[in-house]
Amino acid sequence: MQFPSKKPKAVTDLKAELYSQPLQFYGQPPLENISLSEFESFAVDRLKLLKTVENLGVSYVKLSDDYKKKLDNEIKTQNFPHGAGEQTEKRRKDHISHFILRLAYCQTEDLRRWFIQQEVDLFKYRFKELECGEKLKFLHKNNLQYNTISAEEKDNLREKLATSSYTASGVKVEEQDFYKVPFQDALDLVRTRKVYLEEGYVYIPHNEIVTIVLNDFRTRLSKALALTARSLPAVHSDERLQPLLTHLSHSYLGQDYSVQKNVGKISLEQIDSLAGKSFPLCMRQLHQTLRDQHHLRHGGRMQYGLFLKGIGLSLEQALQFWRMEFIRGKVDADKFDKAYAYSIRHMFGKEGKRADYTPYSCMKVILSNPPSQGDYHGCPFRHSDPELLKQKLQSYKVSPSGVSQILELVKGMHYQLACQKYFELTHNVEDTAFSLSHPNQYFTESQKVLGGGKDVKRETDTLQRPQENSAARGLTREPAGDESQHLAEITKNLETDFQDA
Amino acid sequence: MPSSAYDPACLPDLLPLYYRRLFPFAQYYRWLNYGGVQKNYFQNREFSFTLKDDIYVRYQSFSSQSELEKEMQKMNPYKIDIGAVYSHRPNQHNTVKSGSFQALEKELVFDIDMTDYDDVRSCCSAADICSKCWTLMTIAIRILDRALRRDFGFHHLLWVYSGRRGVHCWVCDEAARKLSAAARSAVAEYLSLIKGGEETVKKVMLTDPIHPFIRESLEVVKHYFPQYALQDQNILGRKESEEKVLALVPEDVKKELQEIFQEERNPERRWRHIEVQAKKKQQTAKKRQYFEKEIMLQYCYPRLDVNVSKGVNHLLKSPFSVHPKTGRISVPIDLTDVDKFDPFAVPTISLICEELDRPKADEDEAKSEDTKGKENEQDSTEKRKIRDYKRTSLAKYVKYFDQFLAGMADSWKGKLLKQSDLQKEF
Repeated sequence: MQFPSKKPKAVTDLKAELYSQPLQFYGQPPLENISLSEFESFAVDRLKLLKTVENLGVSYVKLSDDYKKKLDNEIKTQNFPHGAGEQTEKRRKDHISHFILRLAYCQTEDLRRWFIQQEVDLFKYRFKELECGEKLKFLHKNNLQYNTISAEEKDNLREKLATSSYTASGVKVEEQDFYKVPFQDALDLVRTRKVYLEEGYVYIPHNEIVTIVLNDFRTRLSKALALTARSLPAVHSDERLQPLLTHLSHSYLGQDYSVQKNVGKISLEQIDSLAGKSFPLCMRQLHQTLRDQHHLRHGGRMQYGLFLKGIGLSLEQALQFWRMEFIRGKVDADKFDKAYAYSIRHMFGKEGKRADYTPYSCMKVILSNPPSQGDYHGCPFRHSDPELLKQKLQSYKVSPSGVSQILELVKGMHYQLACQKYFELTHNVEDTAFSLSHPNQYFTESQKVLGGGKDVKRETDTLQRPQENSAARGLTREPAGDESQHLAEITKNLETDFQDA
Repeated sequence: MPSSAYDPACLPDLLPLYYRRLFPFAQYYRWLNYGGVQKNYFQNREFSFTLKDDIYVRYQSFSSQSELEKEMQKMNPYKIDIGAVYSHRPNQHNTVKSGSFQALEKELVFDIDMTDYDDVRSCCSAADICSKCWTLMTIAIRILDRALRRDFGFHHLLWVYSGRRGVHCWVCDEAARKLSAAARSAVAEYLSLIKGGEETVKKVMLTDPIHPFIRESLEVVKHYFPQYALQDQNILGRKESEEKVLALVPEDVKKELQEIFQEERNPERRWRHIEVQAKKKQQTAKKRQYFEKEIMLQYCYPRLDVNVSKGVNHLLKSPFSVHPKTGRISVPIDLTDVDKFDPFAVPTISLICEELDRPKADEDEAKSEDTKGKENEQDSTEKRKIRDYKRTSLAKYVKYFDQFLAGMADSWKGKLLKQSDLQKEF
């Protein structure tokens, strides 16, 4: 990274050249001097933008109208280039801020993955917004030339090309150019089977060319980050930048719930009752399965085990908890100690590379490692059949109107919002003040509402005013039909609480 | 001797014999050395051993075939796993700066395990298999082998029986070994049709138009479906399995079929009714309906453990490793006759060790050869080992492996020639 400029004379030319295009591949690092305050404000603004990209990607279908509108707004608010016209300053900001975040986000695999994903999404949006002529100019300028196939080859493959893509129908195959590239250059199209694939080559219709460009962008960025990571020690020796960069990279996920403030605040006996009251659906489901089957497969153990660690189970408790449950099933104590205890100690950073693993965020649960045969992990709002989800919600006493509201959100792929709605309904609060992004956040917020936040151990014998109030408020907005049932529920809860007190 | 003769308690006695006299080290080394085209390819490869009492040793590596032989004969691993080719020697991974020790290449691998089919097979569950459900593995091999060759253009595929309840595929082409993690996961996802865990009933959703890859796969499934699903598994013959099938069709069709099934008991004819309904629905419904195809795929389509394929550094059980529970050798599968492959006919370690002790007709000849060839002892022990495995039922599987290696050798010969040409130029 060479921020200090060596050739001031060339800078102005370079700047005009660099910022003549609305979009760039970030091939050249900036070579000018900038002030520390500009350094920081550029970086923070881009980070905000990337966070928005991330959030929108979870709540909306990418590149849907809503998504585009919201993203466009954010780009304007944060003063990044949009649309055509003279925007040298904004383009400069785009350029420099990208390179600053590279420094902050090159250090670990997790950071790199996050950064690349958001940058790629942002790039995709901006590329799609370009006019046709600008797109070609962009391709030309960056030497992105792809081989088109001959009319004859197209004719031979017509049937297959037509059935390989959502967009190209039989008629359109003739009108479109098809590019033939190695499948490694269009992974996103391969993954989703949106192209025809033969002998290691994909045939890409012209309107999907963005995928190859993105693939190229992603590969370059990934390589560049690996290189940046190597030269990082030099940057870190600069005591002005080092704390700033560390701060920047820490703020990407919000809280990661790895801080062990509350270790030992939970006793194993409490878990069952907490699972019913304060666990998000995904964890409740895992807990239930574990209790029923005395076993969870690896994906489930990771998701649930780290969550439990996050809410305050100590290593000793965790070992005891898993062992107790597993030896009730097919696993004997000896096998448990050999085959499973290691991975639990591993979770707590006591084995292997001794990384202290953090609980999974909603993003991670929703997007990575989807459940397959025999698995119960994942996000119930994302990975359950709507019909099963409905039954489950009903069995957890969610009102019919609540169920349909949740299912509506699920249908629109707003899984986190659906979960938040579930929170509101089960905690009788209207309009939660937080935006849900982490199962452990769900737990903390729930404990707050239930009044157990300060001291979990006493959560059963305290009756909190706010809960009562919110319960009353909850009642008024329930539709008339199930009011009586709901009222009965609450009275029952109050009664038990009083008895405990 | 039938495989039932295998007793896990004998493993400590049998393994030394197996590694000393039977394990095909020469071929094994020839495979992983890949013709020596790339420097240190074998030396930087990770092996990991599972020893007695489940002691697990990672990051083993060996500088040569003879070191590999010596170590294996010394440690007598219960199980051998193969990992990636790293930037440095794995056994020295602690001495290099953390971060610079990185997995660079590995074969593209696939792991298909019968336990993942538990919701669609009625004959066995979990680790058990029988000749009925083994058809699922045959289907998996046929579908994936075709796609990896024709769609992805790979040539050097080694299919291996895992020793218990599944099969592995090692795609050994240079291009495959160099794939990034992202590319591996894209390939694995291209090949995955079954989506969802225990909370998903309908696990296959086809969209219009049906991709050529899925069409090809369906052809394979169609070939096996009547015998396998309708006859052997009898999926439409019993009440509870019939309900499972009907849960996969649209609500209105389900009612109609339930009525028909009251009268019709024959599974083939029942299936024909499902097909008829599907056709009917296809003509009337606005959105294309493919539920009969989706049922076939849900019951028969290969279920990949994608996590195994995704990571460059993921370990996978090595060919010719012993399965400690069954005693069976993890052997290559002959693709020209994949329908005939019988997992229960795969030799166990006790069987082949026993076969070694049986006197053979050409034994005397061998002896005289041995005595005269004293001058080159190394050579003669090598020869003896070759003759040893040839006397056992392991022989035919080593032959498949040889055939696979011969195919590979042609490719790297070309590579080496090119390299030496280049050197001359400079």
